[in-house]
Amino acid sequence: MARYEAIKDIMENIEDELVVCNIGFPSRELYEIDDKDKNFYMIGSMGLASSIGLGLALAKPDSDVVVIDGDGSLLMNMGSLVTVFANNPSNLTWIVIDNGAYGSTGNQDTYAQKIDLVDIAKSVGFKNSYDFNDIDLKEIIKSENASFIVYRTEAGNSKAPIIDLDPVSIKKRFMSSLD
Amino acid sequence: MMDSTEPIYKGLKDIGIDFIVSVPCVNLSKLLNDVDEDEDIIHVPVTREEEGIGICAGAYLGGKRPAILMQNSGLGNSINALKSLTELYGFPLIMVMSHRGTEGEGIIGQVPMGQSTPKILEGMDFKYFKPSNPEEAYENISRSWDLSVEEGKPVSILLEISYW
Repeated sequence: MARYEAIKDIMENIEDELVVCNIGFPSRELYEIDDKDKNFYMIGSMGLASSIGLGLALAKPDSDVVVIDGDGSLLMNMGSLVTVFANNPSNLTWIVIDNGAYGSTGNQDTYAQKIDLVDIAKSVGFKNSYDFNDIDLKEIIKSENASFIVYRTEAGNSKAPIIDLDPVSIKKRFMSSLD
Repeated sequence: MMDSTEPIYKGLKDIGIDFIVSVPCVNLSKLLNDVDEDEDIIHVPVTREEEGIGICAGAYLGGKRPAILMQNSGLGNSINALKSLTELYGFPLIMVMSHRGTEGEGIIGQVPMGQSTPKILEGMDFKYFKPSNPEEAYENISRSWDLSVEEGKPVSILLEISYW
């Protein structure tokens, strides 16, 4: 299985959480699988999904925020592991779909193949750093600390088309959906 | 005559800034202390300015009015995010920059980026203010939020060494 099935699996656990989704195929696939007003699709700025999620989680402490990130994007913004841990918003769940590849650019290998992201997050200090297979996502979303979850899959993209919403509409639609 | 930090802090408060990310500069020390002590402002120190741009975008999505405090070197670290996130989605953002490498700079390493900073902002088509005294700084900051919303782009306040 690849990312498309992973996103389906994740979204089966999502009700009214705010979802921030990584640039490229991840957002295209999420848009096809389960488009919602409360999804924020990244169209640019690779690496910043967890940062956007952190800002949102701190600004909306009464809402649960789920970030769908990728291994290549995480490697581009490793400092975010430290900033998210240090701020520890309990309403933030950061899921990294680790397929060991830069999926949207032709599946070139990433260095994530050589490292264990769960161990790295644990060594930073995350109390909740788990493999997706070992947890109940709904419970983790409600847990008392920021959570870091790795969902390992094979590389590969679906045929999900480019998102036909413009960025300003994505923003306005998302903000209008909040109370 | 106001001190040099007070009008910046007051200006940011008066335009409703309630969420600040920062990477420190010695010239921003007093301002950072004021921000830290303000219970109505969420202050998030960041590891690198670029992640701060992402955090500010998320905070705005969640209903906050964000600003970033940093050295002008941080502009260089943030260029793609400012274009491919902030401008792309039309997020307002105030960037208060200690503009190093300007007249009076003692550290040679600051000079190349300092000299290019205004040209980089012009090349990015981002508006900026360069106040030369506290009254001007307050006035510039007072206008910055509405300007940023109207433009759908970040607006910068460049504080040269001579300002302090």
